[in-house]
Amino acid sequence: MTPFRYMRATDAASAVLKGGAAGARYLGGGTNLVDLMRENIETPESLVDVTGLPGGIDELPGGGLRIGAAVRNTALAEHRAVRLRYPMLARAILAGASGQIRNMATVGGNILQRTRCSYFYDEAGSRCNKRHPGEGCDAVGGFNRNHAILGASSACVAVHPSDMCVALAALDAVVHLRGNGGERRLAFTALHRLPGELPDVDTMLQPGELITAVEIPPMPFAARSTYRKVRDRSSYAFALVSVAAALDVEGGQVRDVRIALGGVAHKPWRAERAEALLRGGPLSATSFAAAAEAELASAQALSGNGFKIDLARRTLVAVLEDLSGEIA
Amino acid sequence: MTIVVNGAALDAPHDARVSLLDFLRETCGLSGTKKGCDQGACGACTVLADGERILSCLSLAVQYEGRSITTIEGLGQPGRLHPLQQAFVEHDGFQCGYCTPGQICSAVGMAAEIARGVPSHVTVDLGGEDILLSHEELRERMSGNLCRCGAYNGIVEAIAETYGAETLAEAAE
Repeated sequence: MTPFRYMRATDAASAVLKGGAAGARYLGGGTNLVDLMRENIETPESLVDVTGLPGGIDELPGGGLRIGAAVRNTALAEHRAVRLRYPMLARAILAGASGQIRNMATVGGNILQRTRCSYFYDEAGSRCNKRHPGEGCDAVGGFNRNHAILGASSACVAVHPSDMCVALAALDAVVHLRGNGGERRLAFTALHRLPGELPDVDTMLQPGELITAVEIPPMPFAARSTYRKVRDRSSYAFALVSVAAALDVEGGQVRDVRIALGGVAHKPWRAERAEALLRGGPLSATSFAAAAEAELASAQALSGNGFKIDLARRTLVAVLEDLSGEIA
Repeated sequence: MTIVVNGAALDAPHDARVSLLDFLRETCGLSGTKKGCDQGACGACTVLADGERILSCLSLAVQYEGRSITTIEGLGQPGRLHPLQQAFVEHDGFQCGYCTPGQICSAVGMAAEIARGVPSHVTVDLGGEDILLSHEELRERMSGNLCRCGAYNGIVEAIAETYGAETLAEAAE
C-alpha cells in the first residue's frame, strides 16, 4: 500500500473541500477501497473519511425515505420502514456480503464499490482496460463465467457487484450529490454507466463529487416486492444473476411494475423493456415469459457465461410468479 | 484521540496504512485475532467494535479512533472462559483453532443482532419483531466465517447451545 494522508470530515462542505484535492478519495467502511489499496489497484494520496457525516434514515413528506450516505448497510436493512415498505431493498442488502461486512459498509460505499472481475484484481498478471485504459481485456477471452451479458463492450465485460444497487435501481431512487460546484440530484439509474470505450469510468460523478444521500420515492405497491439472488453457494457469494421486482396488480391486470437485474451488466440493469410489456397487460405466465424474452433479447454470451441468459429469463419469470402468487 | 482495546486506551498508529488487525497483533501484542486471507473473505480477523462484529483486516486502525474494540482476549481468559468459549471446547468446535477467535467474536456480535431483531437473508417474515435462532438462521448469519478444517457441526452446536432458540427460551423462564 502506498502512503496516504487520512482525514476525517464532519460535514459535507468540509468533506467536499478536502475531497476535491488531487488524488483524494472518500472513505466509507473501507471494505472495498482498503482491499483495492492493498492490491495497489487504488493508490490515493489522501483519504477523506466521511463516515462521521450527519444523516440517518428520515421520513419524507408523502411517504418516501431519505437515507444518509454514511448509513451502514445493516442499519438500512433492519430499519422498519425499509422492511415493511421496500422489502426488496432489505432483502437485497441481506443477500450481500456477510454480517461483518454489512456492519462496516456504508450506503455511499456500496454504491461506489468496484467490480470484482478477477482480471481487474490481477494487477501483476492480467490486462484490464478498467485499470489501465487501452491495454486490453483478458476477461473477453478468459474465464468469464461471472461476466456481463447485457450492455458490455469489447473493452470491458465486467459486472457491477452490488445487490443493494439493484433494488435502488428498481425503486426509482434519486442520488443527492455535492461537489465544489454545488449540489445536484441524479436518477439512480443514471449514476452508473455502461463501459463503452471508457471502462475506467464507473459513474457519472464529477471529480471530487460526494454522494450525500439517497432518496427513495413513495411507492405503495413496493410493499409487495422481493429480491432473488442466484449464486454458486447459498451465502456469502456474489450474484450470477439477481432480480429485484415489485408488482402492482388490479383485476388480473398488471397496473404497475418495477424490475431490475443484477450480475448481468456493468451497472444495475433496470428492465425497462420488460416493464413496458407487462404494464397494463394480463397477469399470466405467457406475458411474464414474453417480458423476460424481450428484456434478454439483446443479451450476448461470452465463451463461459451463456448460461446466464436463460438463468436471467427464468429467474425473472420465477420472481414475477412469486409476486403474483402472493397477490392472488 | 485513542483506540480503546479491551478496556485499555492506546494511541492510534502514526502510519494510516496500518490495519486494525496488524495494530491489534503487532502493536497491542494481542495475537488471538488471526490473519487468514487479509482480504475480507474468511472472517478469521473478526473483532467487536462497540459490540458490533467487523473485519479488522479491512479496517484501517485510524478509522477506529474514539471507538472501543473487543478481541477474543477481552471476551475470556484461561480460567474464566466466556460461555461460548467453553461451549466450543465441549462441542469440538475446532480442530486447528485458527478460525476460532473470529468464529467466537462473530457469534457474540450475531447474538446481539438477533436480540435487536436484525433480519437475515433466510428470515421469512421481514415484519416480525422476534427472530428465532434456528439452525438455518445460524448458518446463514455465520456464513462470513470459514473453517477450513470443516468443524462446522461443532461450531453450530456450540453457538446453538449458547445462543440458540431453546437456550434463549430457557433463559426467559
